[in-house]
Amino acid sequence: MADKVIFAMYDDDDKLMDGAKHLVANDVKVSDVYSPMPLHGIDPIIGIEPTRLAITSFMYGITGVMLAIIGIRYMMIVDWPMNIGGKPNFSLKENMLSFVPIFFEFTVLCAAHGMAITYLIRNKTLPGMPPRNPDPRTTDDKFVMEIKTSENTHIKESVLSKLIKDTGFLEIEEKSIS
Amino acid sequence: MHKESDIRLPLILGDKSYKDITDDIIRPIEAKPPKTWYILLMISIVIALWGIGCIVYLLGTGVGSWGLNKTVGWAWDITNFVWWVGIGHAGTLISAVLLLFRQKWRFAINRAAEAMTIFAVFMAGLFPLIHMGRLWLGYWVFPLPNQFGSLWVNFNSPLLWDVFAISTYLSVSLVFWYIGLIPDFATIRDRVTKPIYKKVYRVLSFGWTGDAKAWNRFEQVSLVLAGLATPLVFSVHSIVSFDFATSVIPGWHTTIFPPYFVSGAVFSGFAMVQTLMLILRKAYKLEAYLHVKHVEYMNIVIIVTGSIVGVAYITELFVSWYSGVEYESYAFLNRATGPYWWSYWAMMTCNVISPQLFWFKKLRTSLMFSFFMSIIINIGMWFERFVIIVTSLHRDYVPSSWTYFHPTWVDVGVYMGTIGIFFVFYLLFSRYFPVLPIAELKTILKSSGKNYKEGYGKGKGYWDKHSAH
Repeated sequence: MADKVIFAMYDDDDKLMDGAKHLVANDVKVSDVYSPMPLHGIDPIIGIEPTRLAITSFMYGITGVMLAIIGIRYMMIVDWPMNIGGKPNFSLKENMLSFVPIFFEFTVLCAAHGMAITYLIRNKTLPGMPPRNPDPRTTDDKFVMEIKTSENTHIKESVLSKLIKDTGFLEIEEKSIS
Repeated sequence: MHKESDIRLPLILGDKSYKDITDDIIRPIEAKPPKTWYILLMISIVIALWGIGCIVYLLGTGVGSWGLNKTVGWAWDITNFVWWVGIGHAGTLISAVLLLFRQKWRFAINRAAEAMTIFAVFMAGLFPLIHMGRLWLGYWVFPLPNQFGSLWVNFNSPLLWDVFAISTYLSVSLVFWYIGLIPDFATIRDRVTKPIYKKVYRVLSFGWTGDAKAWNRFEQVSLVLAGLATPLVFSVHSIVSFDFATSVIPGWHTTIFPPYFVSGAVFSGFAMVQTLMLILRKAYKLEAYLHVKHVEYMNIVIIVTGSIVGVAYITELFVSWYSGVEYESYAFLNRATGPYWWSYWAMMTCNVISPQLFWFKKLRTSLMFSFFMSIIINIGMWFERFVIIVTSLHRDYVPSSWTYFHPTWVDVGVYMGTIGIFFVFYLLFSRYFPVLPIAELKTILKSSGKNYKEGYGKGKGYWDKHSAH
């Protein structure tokens, strides 16, 4: 049997949500869902893990603050201490307060851009990438559920199509992948 | 999805479906723009070219072509800088702070406000650059070892903090804006028919798919960026205020500056958002998405921030007297009664007295009055910066060097020019970019759409069937 991908299209997010619940309750694995907007609550139903992007942001932020401290210490304390009104210029600790604004800005800069770049790479959304949604209408008002037969080998094909039929889809499309 | 309390007024009026939202927002991009758009664009281009001409003249002749003199060494340039940065604050505030507070009404204004932020910060950044006199050496503000030795930029200086703050703010706002735009560009990409549009939006949308994981990440990234941008908004204008507060000029040397500048920035930013959005909503027929309720919410923010600004003005006066420092007291007395009394009282009227009119429900729910007030506030906030800067400088410690500042045609031209450039950008944005966040509006349709809330038309009986959710 050739592996197939089934795309079931719905005209409403609640229909898709109920359909996904019905399928999952009957032990069907739903690979993915394409929607024109974020569907709140779909992730636990189809078993999508929470993203770890926030953690990466924290790590980029830590990197940023370290770089800022090391950089400013080198420039202002080690390499060329400036005499500004006789203020202490020989120790980072005593000069730290006036460096705090830039520590902060640089931390935010690294955390925000690091996370944004990671996000774009992880999503495979980069300039010039081809669109990969199954149907152009999924960015407008249609919702598509993707089911792979290779992930559902434990269910008979006739049972699977009956289960999908029960969800009340609008259109269905099957693609074979060899 | 959660059912919203009936007390909350609907945010999307009319009988809208997901399809209608897409259609309403993309229609202006697909259709031929109206004649007024071309006329406004032409006017803006002419003003922008005039401004660019003035900048070129300024760079060729030198900063001496501004009306500055030995006593007033900072005037319109820095006034305009702070004014533009202030305007640039509402966008990220609306996106970030209101996102953290889960305010659904932000979806009516956030995209256009973020665009406004970015263009306004561009305009702001222009002033320190041209003020250097040698624009092409602008990169010297970054920490590069000086070519003639190993001297670095001074990290103790608020002016350098400003460089970092403004550039971080600009780039983070840009990223925030663009990440929100990607899914909407994908919607346009999958819809337009003109081949050139299809190609361009295909590139702009970065191959967005809209799968469940992508949306999961999208929401997380938006939330974390909002969390990062919120303290950023506060820090940026605090740092702008440090440019003044850390100096020893009477009238500048006050610790109230950071909160006062931040609330002033939000105040002027919201006013500018109103000016722009009220025009946009009429021109693009977005009355269903941006209506009286949204305007009222913005007006409430204006009352709050305007009152904070008013309290700050009065606190400044009190502290100048209470400090017992005669220079400080004189600086404030001179502001209110000296040769620049007219600018002080223009500021007081526009920023302190007039926003209080919004306590009347009739006035704050009137679109015409809100539009009028937004212009008044924009003018008032420009005067605030002018008052702080010029009136504090024009009478220094030596009475023989007291002067009066007169702007030259170059001062006026550069300022007008930045308004022109801003509007060129803004008009192009409103023509080619989705002015409302399409995807995010769809997420609030069922909870805040009038038809779903009240159970008629396309939302008929929805909440009867779905009350279990």
